[in-house]
This record gives sequence, structure tokens and C-alpha cells, in this order.
Amino acid sequence: MNTPQASSASYYAAAYQRLSPLLPGGGLGWLTQARRAALARFARHGFPTQRDEDWKYTSLAAIAAARYDLWPAACVDPLAGVVSQRALAGAHLLVFVNGRLHPGLSRPGDLPPGVRLNSLAYCLEEQPASVDPLLLLGAAAAAFADLNLAFMADGAYLHLAADCHLAAPIQLLFIASQANLAIQQRNVLWAAAGSSACIIEQHVALGEGSYLTNALSNVVLEAGASIEHYLLQQESPAASHIATIDVRQQANSSYSSASFAFGAHLARTGITVALQGEAARCSLDGLYLTAGRQHVDHHTCIDHRQAGGTSRQLYKGVLSGASRAVFNGRVVVHPDAQRSDAEQSNRNLLLSDKAEIDTKPQLEIWADDVKCSHAATVAQLDEEQVFYLRSRGIEQAKARTMLSRAFAREMIDRVACSPLQEALDEALREKLRVMSC
Amino acid sequence: MATESMQLEALISREYQHGFSTTLETDSVPIGLSEGVIRLISAKKEEPEFMLEWRLQAYRHWLTMSEPEWSTVHHPAIDYQAISYYSAPKARRDGPSSLADVDPELLRTYEKLGVPLEEREILSGVAVDAVFDSISVATTFKEKLGELGIIFCSFSEAVREQPELLKHYLGSVVPYTDNYFASLNSAVFSDGSFCYIPPGVHCPMELSTYFRINAINTGQFERTLIIADRDSYVSYLEGCTAPMRDENQLHAAVVELIALDNAQIRYATVQNWYPGDKEGKGGIYNFVTKRGECRGDNSKISWTQVETGSAITWKYPSVILKGDNSQGEFHSVALTNHYQQADTGTKMIHLGKNTRSNIVAKGISAGHGHNAYRGLVKMAKSAVGARNYSQCDSLLLGDKCAAHTFPYIEVKHPSARVEHEATTSRIGQEQLFYCQSRGLSAEDAVSIIVNGFCKEVFQELPMEFAVEAQKLLGVSLEGSIG
Amino acid sequence: MLDIRNLQVSVDGKAILKGIDLQVKAGEVHAIMGPNGSGKSTLVQLLAGREGYAARADAVLYQGAELLGMAAEERARQGIFLAFQYPVEIPGVANVYFLKAACNAIRRHRNLPELDAIDFLALIRSRLKLLGMDESLLYRPVNAGFSGGEKKRNEILQMAVLEPTLALLDESDSGLDIDALKVVAGGINALRSPQRAIVLVTHYQRLLDYVVPDRVHVLADGRIARSGDRQLAIELERTGYADTPAGHPAPPASRA
Repeated sequence: MNTPQASSASYYAAAYQRLSPLLPGGGLGWLTQARRAALARFARHGFPTQRDEDWKYTSLAAIAAARYDLWPAACVDPLAGVVSQRALAGAHLLVFVNGRLHPGLSRPGDLPPGVRLNSLAYCLEEQPASVDPLLLLGAAAAAFADLNLAFMADGAYLHLAADCHLAAPIQLLFIASQANLAIQQRNVLWAAAGSSACIIEQHVALGEGSYLTNALSNVVLEAGASIEHYLLQQESPAASHIATIDVRQQANSSYSSASFAFGAHLARTGITVALQGEAARCSLDGLYLTAGRQHVDHHTCIDHRQAGGTSRQLYKGVLSGASRAVFNGRVVVHPDAQRSDAEQSNRNLLLSDKAEIDTKPQLEIWADDVKCSHAATVAQLDEEQVFYLRSRGIEQAKARTMLSRAFAREMIDRVACSPLQEALDEALREKLRVMSC
Repeated sequence: MATESMQLEALISREYQHGFSTTLETDSVPIGLSEGVIRLISAKKEEPEFMLEWRLQAYRHWLTMSEPEWSTVHHPAIDYQAISYYSAPKARRDGPSSLADVDPELLRTYEKLGVPLEEREILSGVAVDAVFDSISVATTFKEKLGELGIIFCSFSEAVREQPELLKHYLGSVVPYTDNYFASLNSAVFSDGSFCYIPPGVHCPMELSTYFRINAINTGQFERTLIIADRDSYVSYLEGCTAPMRDENQLHAAVVELIALDNAQIRYATVQNWYPGDKEGKGGIYNFVTKRGECRGDNSKISWTQVETGSAITWKYPSVILKGDNSQGEFHSVALTNHYQQADTGTKMIHLGKNTRSNIVAKGISAGHGHNAYRGLVKMAKSAVGARNYSQCDSLLLGDKCAAHTFPYIEVKHPSARVEHEATTSRIGQEQLFYCQSRGLSAEDAVSIIVNGFCKEVFQELPMEFAVEAQKLLGVSLEGSIG
Repeated sequence: MLDIRNLQVSVDGKAILKGIDLQVKAGEVHAIMGPNGSGKSTLVQLLAGREGYAARADAVLYQGAELLGMAAEERARQGIFLAFQYPVEIPGVANVYFLKAACNAIRRHRNLPELDAIDFLALIRSRLKLLGMDESLLYRPVNAGFSGGEKKRNEILQMAVLEPTLALLDESDSGLDIDALKVVAGGINALRSPQRAIVLVTHYQRLLDYVVPDRVHVLADGRIARSGDRQLAIELERTGYADTPAGHPAPPASRA
């Protein structure tokens, strides 16, 4: 059989044979077994196609056809400049280069007792007992999750002990510098009961190479824990970025994430949140700005499994050029999840006649005492507003940029962490400059 | 308000009222489906060659297809070889050419159903085409309509007498390759209604088709084609009932609407096929393809549906907005109780400039009912200045039911504006308490609230049919208040 | 400063202005009055550069240059300012940011150095004081959530900051109570100068009690039916527009 699926399966199988002695946690039987099982699943199903409802609007043909390198070469690029430019004041910083922790550039700073922040590779090799297999194996079986499990080599491993509050944010800076590399990065964020932290996950690139980031985060919030999770995607304009975030929440916990997608040629962020305990709260924000031929896809799924859960989603997009954005938001309220309260909103601004948006907000309700709503809008700039600005002497292009910025700015204003807010504002300005030409 | 809620209360608290069956001599083809059966149906109807050819093409295409799996509805596999594809009441002569020829037993059936067939007894200004099992039994007011040049007749008659119109329009909106059930219908359709409104004519009365499945083990596959020529107007109502039987029966209809320049078509459906009993036994599988095309500039098509019957409803009355400035509307109430399932919604395909569409969908779930709204709003590259507004609300009564909303929005032109809003809620305890504290019973309170919830859609039903339609809305919400 | 000869404007094939002649010199204040739908708003919106009108004229000259065909922002930079009848709400854009962007765009055009944040704040504070307006207004989004009176005053504030050469005020007095009217009138009077011309569009003569015009024109059915001095406005107040030809039924491009 010489189908594309079979050939990409055999490519990854051969790569695994070659690389398995190098993968961390080789001594852990459960992990090796799980890696092999994931690879076998991938061989059976391959990459999803557009016939798959979840990938209806996003083609993976380019990723499926690519033959990525799966192991990074030694990085010889000077990186100190990038790091100092990106490092947020006061943050506990871990820097990953091409998917591997770079201890020399990292500045974890003083962490209070109860906070364990390490590289995943270190945990798997040196403290294997501390890694809960369920954490790593929990994510849904899907092509990218399977590939990630088979090849994951590093990422951040954060554990917060009960009632531990980390005041300063943790910044995880991922720098990609090697063309044609597939970075299989795995993060674990585990907040024990009553703990809290703010995590900023930032993806940047050196140069404009084509590579793949396949990032998977396992996030667990025990009862009463609270996590703010910011995702700032500024990958190279030729890169593909696939992020999967799997969140499990116990009673009264609170997870809020905000995703800012500025970079990459093809980007897909999938967030799955399971509200497994009563009165858990989650809030997902998203902002995407697209130019040229960019394709940005957001999939969210919030599973209200227990009573009294609250979820809020607000995704905003500004599209220019011949770019395309996809939003697919799903809210499921299970029969036991009475008194669930879910709101979802997706607002899009189309700036060019070649840009396209496909939005699909969904509600699946199996309980009766619920308050759920969703809304989606697609519109262009209000010409009345543009004229008003022009009549005050502001040129047309500038007026349009101002209005687009005002539309997008709302998402940045909602960010609680102020050094991040400044970085985001700068990124927004830069992106709007690109979009207006 | 008072009368409305009384009507509604009557509607929701009754058992299925149309569940009787009629003993008639029928002429059926043997159970099963093959080219031979299709040739037999076509021969019985004395169809011209082009019609038979079309049926056979559809059948051959259908054989290559498989049943759609994407909807939320679940049912045991349908054995398409266990259905009789043609059943007609045996007429005294070859076919009923006037009311006098129709079996008096049949006329009594329609009387029981409240469908007026005899012209002298007719409610003012309603012309009816009645389809019993597979065959159109009578069309009223034909002569009066004929004076205006309006053609309103059974589909079979149109096949014989209007072959040119038919060849031109049949399958032009819903091709026989469209989907599994539409292909099946194209192969085996037995009868239905045909309507042509000539240029400039405002049809002076509501036109109506009344469908009834009577015979056991038959499927009903009617086909309706309505053409509104330039500057014309027509309003159309369709009603449906079936006897109570323990077996599931299949209904796979196709409706095609075509509106030319400045024409307007309003199409209202009150669907009350037998929904099955309280345990979910029996009932009609209602798999229907309805689509209209605003082919001309400034044309308008509006669908209004009240879906209370059927064990399973699977239908998406849609509008293709091809002409510039054309308008599409969809107003829907879908109520599922006991074990009923509904997966319904609409597609608004905007192609022309400055096209407008408006969607109001109300879903009510009670008992173990499952109700899904599924809709597509598509703004093509050519749809400059197009607008859509959609509102989908779900109301839940009881904790065993489910309500889903699946809107798809695809926009390829920046000047298009799309707004979609959806809410899901249950009847609030405070609302109920407020009503009850004013002296209403719990049932009255629910009926008032449900009525208010549906009001926007009920208002779209043609006035002349309001009473008739509400009488047919015989689904019981009884026992859904806990 | 402004020289309009035989201006004809139509919208969607419907004639709105049917041959307007109007000359405004520097230092003058002209009032344009007339019944609803007579084309007053169309005239000033067209002058400010709104698109969507089919206009032809023997000449529409501003400071000797042809105005038709010039982009709205270019006109603003050349010194034309329109105070909108219905100021547009722009959620998310702070008033102060908007004004600074506009002010510097115009200063660049005039070869003046751009103002930095501190100089700009000093300028705008002086103007706020002049108009008796609260500074908190600067940090709110442009016109969003403003009362009717606040919007009108915000227009006058913008005018005071941008210092136009030709100010067009479209019903800046409508919907104002007497105190707000005095503030608006004060703002207009403060701007009167020998270098500047002002065209007031108003339905009532009330504003003219506070801003005394040099010339008054009555627009009816797309034409200037009468012209005169201030006495004409007073006369109209007494007699109404009854003796002027009937107005056009619907004003174009007005925001509902």
C-alpha cells in the first residue's frame, strides 16, 4: 500500500526506531508502551482530512506531505538578544530552544517553596516517580496528540503544592530557529488544591523558516486552584503551529486562558476543558489577526460535566489579505450539569475581499436548568466611522488601522498581567502595520 | 392573548387525534424496490418517456449513495426493500376527475381531519390539493384559479399536461443527485402538487396541499413544484397527518420553489405526522428536502414551519439567493416530546448582491425529546452587501430532553454582514411562580410561556390557516411539567 | 474663501441640490436655514467630502482650489472642519488618542512640528477649560456613551483643537438645553477671526441670538430661495418657512 497515509506512517515509524534510544524516560515501561501504542494509532488513522468534521475548514495536506526532521541540531545562533528583548520584567523565565530547555538562557529566579518548575526531560530522567502517567496520557487520542506522545522530548513541568500562590508570572519562551524541524513539545501544569499561578507561554522564531510546532499542554486544576494561562503565538510566517491544550478542572477551580495568534502560516489551537467538579469556572479569550495567506483555526470544547459550572468565551478576529480564519466553539452540558451557565461569542472583522471566515458556534445541551447562549458576527469596518476619522484629517489607511486596533484592543485590555499587556500591545501594533500594507 | 393561550393549551394537552385509519380498497405495488417497480409506477401513472428516464437515472444514482450519518438522529436501519412504494385508493373508474368520482369514504376521512374538500363547504378562499397515501385525490377551486391562468393541480396531471414547464423546472433546484432521500424520492415519487403562477398574477387565495398516509407499510414520496413567474405572488400551506401504527413509516418528500423577478412565495408547513407513542414506538420518519431558489432579482421566498409530529424530523428548508436584492426567510417552531427527535434548520446561500436572509428558529424539548437546530449561512464571493440575521432559541422542559445548536457560518465577502445569536434556557421557576401567583395552573402557565416563546413564528402563518393549523398541532406536552 | 457656482447634487438619481451659488469670505459667518429635507446637511457633508453623492458644478473652490474630488482627510488638512449633526460613536478609541492623531496629521500638513503627549495635553486642557468641559471626557471612547449634549460639545472641542480655516457646523444647536447652547455658541464665537469663515446650518434662529451671522440664506427645494442679513432670520422665526417653496421630503444620507 503506497497511500500518502501509509507513507507518512512508515516515515514516522522509521524515525521512531532511530530516535527511541534518545527519547527521555526510556527506562519507564509505561511510557515506552504508550509511545508505541500512540504510533500504532497514528499509523492506523494518519492525519485527519477535510472530510473529518473537526478539520472541515483546515487542510493538513502540507503537514502530511512534509518530512520533518524530528531531532534538533545543536543551535549555534546567538539568542541572548532575542531573550532579553522578549523577557518580561519580574517573570520566572524558562527558555526552550527548538523544543529543548536552554539552561543558560533561563532565569527561573527564586521560586517559593511548594513550586516545582523543571524541564519535562529532567523530570522523566531524574524524578520519574514524580510524573503521574495519567497526566501525560490523558489527552484525547488524535493524530497530533499521538505524534506528540510518541516523540515528545521536553517542555515545562510545573507543580504547585496545595495553597501555594505564585505572585510573579512564569514565562515559558519557546524559540524556534531550525527550518524543517518538527518540535514535539509537552507542558504539564499541575495546580494542587487552592494554589494559583499565572503562566505565559510564548512562541517566537529566529528567522523565517518553515517548521512545525506541535505543542501539547496537560493542565490540571484541583479543587479551588486557579490558573491564568496566556498563549502568545508569534511563530515564523512560514511555520505551522498546532497547539492542543487539555484542561481538567475540579470543584471551584478557575482556569482562564487568553490566546493571541499573530504568527505562523497555518495555526490551529484546540482547547478542551472538562469541568469535572462542581462550580468550576473557565474563561477562554482569543484574538487572531491574519494577513497574506495565513490560516488560523481555533477549536474550543467546554464540557460541563458537573453542576454549577460557568464558562465564558470571547474570540475576536481581524482578517486581511487572502487570509482565512476558522472558529469552532462547542459547549456541551451533560445531564448532571444543572445550573450551568455558558456564554460564547465570536466576532470577526473582514478587512479585505479575499479574506474568508468560517465560524461554527455550537451548543449541545442535555440538562434543563441551564443558561446558555452563543453569538457570532461577521462584519466589516463601519464606513460611517471611517468617514468621521477622515473628516478630522486622518488618512484612510490610518483610520482603518485605528478602528481595527480599537476592535482588537479589547482583548488586550482584558489581560490582567501588565508587563504582558505592553508586549501584546507592541505585537498588535506591529501586526497591524503588516496588515495595512 | 387569552384566546391564543386557550388554543395552545388545547393543542398541547391532547393525544394524537388523527390516528384513525380508513378502510379502503387500495391499489398497491408489491413491496420492494427495483427498476421494475419504478417502471410499474411510471406506467400506472401513464407518464411520458422523459419522466421514466429521469426516475431511472435517479434510481441508479441512489444505488451508489449511502444514508447520511452526520445528523444527531438515531433510528434502526431502514429496510428499503420492506416498503411499498405506491399505494392508491382504488377509484370507481380509472381515476377521480371530479369530486363526484371520489370514494365517499375518503371524503368522510378528510371531513374527520377537518380538511374541507367540498367546495360549497370550504372555508373562504382556500384551494386544496389532497394527497392520500401516494395519490392526489382532489383539487378544489381549479376552475376559478384557471381563469387567472394559475395552474394548480396534482403532480401526475402536470406530468401529463404541462410537460414543457415540468421539463424546464423539475430538479432545477433539488437535482436528483442532491442527497440520499431526495434521490430516492426522484426515483419513486408517486404524486404531489404542482403550481404555476403566471407573470403579474397575485394569487387571490391560499393554496394548500393536505397529505395523509393511510395504508400500512407504505412510504410516501410526494413531490411539490411551485413556480412563481415574474411579479407574481403565492401563499401556500401544507398539512400532514397519519394513522397511529406501531411500525415506523417513511416519508421522503421533495419540495422545489422557484421565484423569478420580483416574485414572492410564502410556504407554510404544519407537520403533524404521527409521532409515535409515549414509549417511542411507531411514528413517521420524516426525511424531507425543501429548497427554494430566488432566481430573479428582488424575489422573495419565506418558509414557515411548525413541526410537532413525526418520530424523526430531518429537514432543512433552504433558500438559494441568486437574484440581486432577493430575500430569504425561515421561521420555525419544532417541538419534540416523548422520544421524538428533530434535526432541522435551514441553509441560506447568498450569491446575489444585497441579498437578505432572516432566520428565527425556536426549539422546544420535553420528555426525552431531542431537538437540534442545524443551519448554514453562506456568503459567496459574489454576495456584495449581503446581510443575514439568525436567532435560535431553545426551551427545555424536563431534565431528560436535549437541545443542540449547530450553526455554520461561511463568509467570503467582506461587505457581507452576519449576525447569529442563540440562547438555551428552561422555563424559569420564577416565571412559573409569577403566573401561578396570578391564579394560573402550572399547565396554563407553561402554555402561556411556550406560546410567548413561539409567537414570532406563529405570526408568520397565513391568517386563513391559523385556526386550521393550530388544530393540527396536536402534540401533547402533558406530563412534561415536573 | 469658499466659492460655489451652480452646484447640483443627486443621490440615487434623486436631485437634492439643484443649483447652489454661495460665496463665503474669510472672517464671515453665514447661516444656512431652511425646512427639513431642503438639502442643508447634504451641502455641508458634500463640502466635507462625504462619498456617495453625484455632484456637478461650474466650480466649488476653496481657497482657490477645486474641492470636488479631494479626499475627506485632505480637505480636513487644508482646514475644513465639519461638526456632525450626529457625531459617530467609535467604541474602543480613546477621545484623546483620536484627537492627537487628528491634530498631528493636520500639523504635519501645515509643516508644524508634531505635538508630543505633554504639549498636546496642555493644549487640550486649555480648550477644555474654555468650553467648561471635564477632563474625564478625554479618556472615554469617542462619543460612545456620550449624551446628546456631550457629543455636540465634543464636536466643538475638536474644532477648537484643530483650528480650522472653514468651519461647517451642521445643526450643532439641535437638542441642546440653553446652558449647553451657550457653551457651544461661546466655542464658536471664540473661533471667529478675520482669517476664518464659519457656515452654520440650523433649523432655528435660536443659535443666531448668540452667534450673530453676517449673512443668512434660506435653502428650499435644493435652491437658495432667499438671502439677507440677520433680519431675515428674525423674520423667518416669526413667519416660519411657509412662504418658501416646499422642501424635499427626505434628507439624504442622514443617520437614523
